[in-house]
Amino acid sequence: MQFLEKIKKSIFSLIILIFLIISFFVFKFALQKEKIYSPKISENQIFTDFEVVGLIEEKQINFYEVLSGKNFYLINIWSSWCEPCKDESEYLLELKKNTPVMMIGINYKDNKKNALNFLKLYGNPFDQIFIDKQGTISINFGAYGVPETFLINEENKVLKKYIGPLNDEDVYEIKNITNN
Amino acid sequence: MIISQLGYYSLIFGLLTSIFIFLNSSIQLKKNILVISDKSIGLIGFQFFFVFISFISLIFSFIISDFSNETVYNNSHTTKPLFYKITGTWGNHEGSLLLWLLVLTGVLLGFVFKSRNEPNNYRLLTILFHQITVIGFFIFVLKTSNPFNAIFPVQMEGLGLNPILQDPALGIHPPILYLGYVGTSIIFSAALASMISNYVNKSWAKNIKFWILFSWIFLTGGILLGSIWAYYELGWGGFWFWDPVENVSLMPWLSLTALLHCIVTLEKRELFKKWTIVLCIITFALSMVGTFLVRSGILNSVHTFANDPSRGIYILTFILVLVLLSFVIFVIYENKNFTQKSEIFTLSKETAVLINNWFILYFLSVVLIGTIYPIFLDVILDEQISVGPPFYNKLILPFLIPFVLFMSIGPSMKWIKTNFKFGAKSFFVIIFTLILSFITVYYIGEKNIFILLLFIGFFYLLLKSLDQFREKTKNFAQIFSHTGFSLLLISILLNSFSSREIVKNIQVGESFTLKNEKIIFKKIAIEKEKNYESVVGFFEILDDKNTIINLQPEIRIYNEPEMATSEASIKTTLFKDRFITINIIKDQNFFNVRYQHKPFMIWIWISTLIIMLGGMFAIFRKNKEVNI
Repeated sequence: MQFLEKIKKSIFSLIILIFLIISFFVFKFALQKEKIYSPKISENQIFTDFEVVGLIEEKQINFYEVLSGKNFYLINIWSSWCEPCKDESEYLLELKKNTPVMMIGINYKDNKKNALNFLKLYGNPFDQIFIDKQGTISINFGAYGVPETFLINEENKVLKKYIGPLNDEDVYEIKNITNN
Repeated sequence: MIISQLGYYSLIFGLLTSIFIFLNSSIQLKKNILVISDKSIGLIGFQFFFVFISFISLIFSFIISDFSNETVYNNSHTTKPLFYKITGTWGNHEGSLLLWLLVLTGVLLGFVFKSRNEPNNYRLLTILFHQITVIGFFIFVLKTSNPFNAIFPVQMEGLGLNPILQDPALGIHPPILYLGYVGTSIIFSAALASMISNYVNKSWAKNIKFWILFSWIFLTGGILLGSIWAYYELGWGGFWFWDPVENVSLMPWLSLTALLHCIVTLEKRELFKKWTIVLCIITFALSMVGTFLVRSGILNSVHTFANDPSRGIYILTFILVLVLLSFVIFVIYENKNFTQKSEIFTLSKETAVLINNWFILYFLSVVLIGTIYPIFLDVILDEQISVGPPFYNKLILPFLIPFVLFMSIGPSMKWIKTNFKFGAKSFFVIIFTLILSFITVYYIGEKNIFILLLFIGFFYLLLKSLDQFREKTKNFAQIFSHTGFSLLLISILLNSFSSREIVKNIQVGESFTLKNEKIIFKKIAIEKEKNYESVVGFFEILDDKNTIINLQPEIRIYNEPEMATSEASIKTTLFKDRFITINIIKDQNFFNVRYQHKPFMIWIWISTLIIMLGGMFAIFRKNKEVNI
């Protein structure tokens, strides 16, 4: 009787233990999953009809014209005062080197001197950079803050949206999408 | 600047003190030096003091709008009123964790003072276990959520506080809720300690009951404030949405309520020892899981500040470690130290408590499943669902009827054995209950046997609880909380069945009717405040007696960050709230107007306050005969 009781107890403990560990992994995956947010089809067309001003040559241009001639565009919202952007720049440089994507930087709530210094220090991964002094252009993209990255196709559809700095997995994913 | 530096180093010193206390108590336990000297108490005081300094520095940085601090920069703005600058301190991930830490170290200090007459090995073990949690959170704050990160160059202006968090009820909601939430940590530490030191007995129950009541009262208050905020600020006219974030505060509340009843049984009869310990562990684990779900960004809501997975993984791992630790301790000491009295199920108060616990545990599992099932489904099958009110209504409502019936008769039972007498008094209570229920059901016009049964159950509980006021040995704690609970259920039920709503698109000058009332849209005005501009609609309500009620709903456009919120205008009376909100329809002269009758709203708040009052009676009653 006592033996049975003991077995019963250990099985019960084991079940609880397994449940705890499964929950742990489920939550862990849920955490990693949530970060990449892919908008629904109906709302993933970005708004492109507005004027932007370049950071290096201060020329005004309609953003619609910027998005032409390529199959993929990567819009990255960054700032010189943004700590994670510094870590992110090496990933962006890698993407510039290894993908056919047109890299577009949006310089968010920054001043020109610091921004240029930042590019000198950490490298310039962008084909074109536009300034967003007030942060309003970024709102057009539906951005939450810096850094944030959007992968867009030739129909101006958002394929992927990355909130926060890019990491190895994200870079791998972007390469996969754009190189096929 | 210098203030942030002070706050940061104060945190480091706090961590060092914690490690020192941890080592010191382990050495003491190992060498069997079972004294808690003034020096050790002083150290615990210092630990709290360091966190306090750090917290004050952060508040100060917010007040002076020190935008060299990243947290301040991200969550404040110079145009914010002072009150919201201060409440902004905990209106973000980093600050709220600092508050967590403050309460965590504070309750330990309180515990050390309140447990002077307890055995020292139990106290030392409690300190030891509590330090594990404290150190874990210190590292969490310093490593992943440092509130004193500097940004360079120093910014001129901050990004502002989320406007829907700019509300007085929400300003104090986090501290109150945290006192309850984090208060459960000391229950957890003490439960583990009592198990190891073989102290799970009457005196332990007496000692820890204070902390259970303490957490329970504040948790109730915190949930109440959150509800009030949702009702006034979100503009939907509801007070509870079964939103995952609400659920995670309800779950520890449910298990605390179960624990509260158990601990009294333990105190009186030395029963349910194992079960009490399990509940202590579950309660704290649920608080931690709540913190994890809310803080990690797994759930999307206004409470989710952080979207950084590394933080989530840290808390998750930490929870796993704590739960496994308590699990192992429980398995080892379960049979060693527990001399369990035989539990015989007779008609007695113990049995009533046990039944109460079963029901509460059932409700708890429903809420738990409803909250985490969508997450599991998303991960395993990649399917997104959301669990809404119908799920909870179906699974909870039917079981409320037997639950409240047991709740009604439980308190009049005696310990060990009860002989039930069915006298004239009980007969009158039942008759009166039936009359009240029939009148109510007739009045709200719901001819449904199920609703009638619900009302019968709730009214029976109310009358039985009120009836106890006539008894000689009154237990105000129980009477008040049970009365409050029955009132709460009745008000919620009435509210959900006789709410009326009408939504119209109208222009200035037009009007519409709801029941016997005429709602006239008088005019629209633009007003400018320090931190927002608002579009105010002026409405006049003419009721059936032709009295005029003025309502002025607003649409606020906050400047930093730019965001529009809808401010409801509410006229509260004893029996009914009139609730109106407006919304702008783009490029048109029409406004979308939503007008609602919300009966018995104020009773929902009042009854929750009565429930809390019951808890306070229990805290302040000293050494008297205690019943449930």
